[in-house]
Amino acid sequence: MPTPYDEMWEKLNLDLQAHEGLLAVLGKFYGDIYLTQDKRLKGMEYLDFVLSEVHGLRIKELQEAKAQSRKIIGTFCVFVPEEIILAANGVCVGLCAGAEIGKEAAEKILPRNTCALIKSFVGFKLARLCPFIESCDLVVGETTCDGKKKAYEIFADYAPVYVMEIPQMKNACDRDLWKAEIRRFKDKIEEITGNTITAEKLAAATTIVNDRRRALQRLNRLRAASPVPISGRDVLLINQVSFYDDPIRFTQQINKLCDELEERVKAHQGIVPENTPRLMLSGCPMAVPNWKLPYLIESSGAVIVGEESCIGTRNTRDLVEEKGQTVEEMLDALADRYMRIDCACFTPNTERLDNITAMAKDLKVNGVIHYGLSFCTPYATEAFKVEKALQAAGIPMLAIETDYSMEDVEQLKTRVEAFVEMVR
Amino acid sequence: MSEVKKTVAGIDIGSRSIELVVLENGKVVDSRRVPTTFDPLAQCRLLLADLPDLPMVATGYGRKLLVDGLPERRMTAITEIQAYALGSHHLYPEARTVLDIGGQDTKVIALSPAGKVLKFEMNDRCAAGTGKFLEFMATALQVPLPEFGDFALRADKRLQINSMCTVFAESEATSLMARGEKAANIALGLHLAIVQRTLAMLRRVSDTPPFLFAGGVAHNACMRVLLAEALAPPLIIPEEPDMVGALGAALYGRQQPAG
Ligand code: SF4
Ligand code: SF4
Repeated sequence: MPTPYDEMWEKLNLDLQAHEGLLAVLGKFYGDIYLTQDKRLKGMEYLDFVLSEVHGLRIKELQEAKAQSRKIIGTFCVFVPEEIILAANGVCVGLCAGAEIGKEAAEKILPRNTCALIKSFVGFKLARLCPFIESCDLVVGETTCDGKKKAYEIFADYAPVYVMEIPQMKNACDRDLWKAEIRRFKDKIEEITGNTITAEKLAAATTIVNDRRRALQRLNRLRAASPVPISGRDVLLINQVSFYDDPIRFTQQINKLCDELEERVKAHQGIVPENTPRLMLSGCPMAVPNWKLPYLIESSGAVIVGEESCIGTRNTRDLVEEKGQTVEEMLDALADRYMRIDCACFTPNTERLDNITAMAKDLKVNGVIHYGLSFCTPYATEAFKVEKALQAAGIPMLAIETDYSMEDVEQLKTRVEAFVEMVR
Repeated sequence: MSEVKKTVAGIDIGSRSIELVVLENGKVVDSRRVPTTFDPLAQCRLLLADLPDLPMVATGYGRKLLVDGLPERRMTAITEIQAYALGSHHLYPEARTVLDIGGQDTKVIALSPAGKVLKFEMNDRCAAGTGKFLEFMATALQVPLPEFGDFALRADKRLQINSMCTVFAESEATSLMARGEKAANIALGLHLAIVQRTLAMLRRVSDTPPFLFAGGVAHNACMRVLLAEALAPPLIIPEEPDMVGALGAALYGRQQPAG
């Protein structure tokens, strides 16, 4: 079926036929998982719209931005400071991918036992199916896990890659390294955009990103109510969309949605009965359209009330301090804020254990489901420590390891159902 | 719960067989088994054909199939974890760790003194370590499955089989045979391999005795001996180890309000 975007997609060198197939599958998947929900908020229509136009209108906006000589910068990790990109009038898009696409092609240039997230972004590129990657002037990698670190070396043959060095520990010298890396990144972004990052611009950019974090924090506070006023799936979707939507518009829309949510909470209205078991997800990021586990959980008689993940609270919990006057002070504030990210790639990473336990208690969850992508060593290993910490707090945990395929859905369902029966 | 007569049925739809237990006022008044075959729904219809309209609870991997496939029945579903926990606790309230080795999966369940599930783990991704593995190996050694355990107990030496993958274990067994190793010794080696794997999984979940061994593989004499050897006594083995799930499902139905 021809669409008004075919010409744009063709210019971006997408595989048009395969792309049409992808959109059809995505649409069907979205319909089944999202549009069948009961008592959905009116405000979710915006998200439905953004998602339906994810490869359309949003890409068109990116092309328009490019036409005004703005640069599109793609990222794969919440460590990359978006504020720098925005301050140089760039557009930042998250490129993490959550679909099993181009797997065979990816497996030709990567080991088979690579996590699905990495295989997916490589697969999307090789299969020419992601208009975001194709729109990027620069793709920013980072030295987090070994899988990504080495994959970027290979990815550099296919896209313009720049890699930030992320420390592995959190000592003073690590913080120094990180600050130096932010500065190097700033230079790179200034060079590629041709714009100088001034204190004024950086302050404005910081406020934009903080405002988005504040809106998502507000959402997280409201959704914690009992009875639960919004599904976990919907909140996950909102978090996912936050990575590629225009930040100012997105923030406005989410605040509007929160107003509606506030009314609902006041009226004591929920999407599920009050006694529905409340679960929290913790672990690896779930990128669009990876809705498999949340859907499974929420169709097994439980509701998700929190996502301890990079597409969740790890990305929104901490704000950047906005007191700085000079660029230098602001870069310090950025360095400090980003150093607080509790990714499993760090050692030791006890903050994460504390954060998970505190979050589980705050949200009054009946249990935690730890989500790991197969072959993700950092999170798989840390899951053992998470389980211990939660056990000490009297909170049951179920560890799930899976990928993007649908093969194991039945087995997962049994585990999840048994866990729900257990914590009920 | 009221004192009126209450009849409920539990059905466990496993990969190999389907079990049915009917409870009347808490007493088992009927129990049956049929093979699952390639058409489990038809088998269930057959199994239930002469039963009146009574509340039923389905469990096992085919539970959803049954709920959707027999809309004329009053059917709810619980997972096999819950079913085995309920059944085990009912039969042996002292049991604290349940090991269930079925046709295609292995489960370990830690129970509280009150019978509540504390933790569980399942291996259902591959046949290694399950009844399917034993079946495969019995065929390879040309021993009828029901006799495979006793056959292995006739071994005179403990061989180490390293592969747990069904395909590799078979080739390892074949090469041992080619070297002139006694079939019984190889059979014992295969049983030992399963036990080792099972114990690793068991210890990850719970090390608290008494242990209860259920599921179809609990019929196997060699598995019983080896597990009893490795675990703190007593090793409880129910009289009908593969009916525990169906019993648990029926017990669940009993707890539910009538209707
Ligand atoms: S999990 Fe770690 S490596 Fe992955 S996006 Fe988050 S911070 Fe980056
Ligand atoms: S999920 Fe794990 S293995 Fe995959 S990119 Fe993230 S940290 Fe690396």
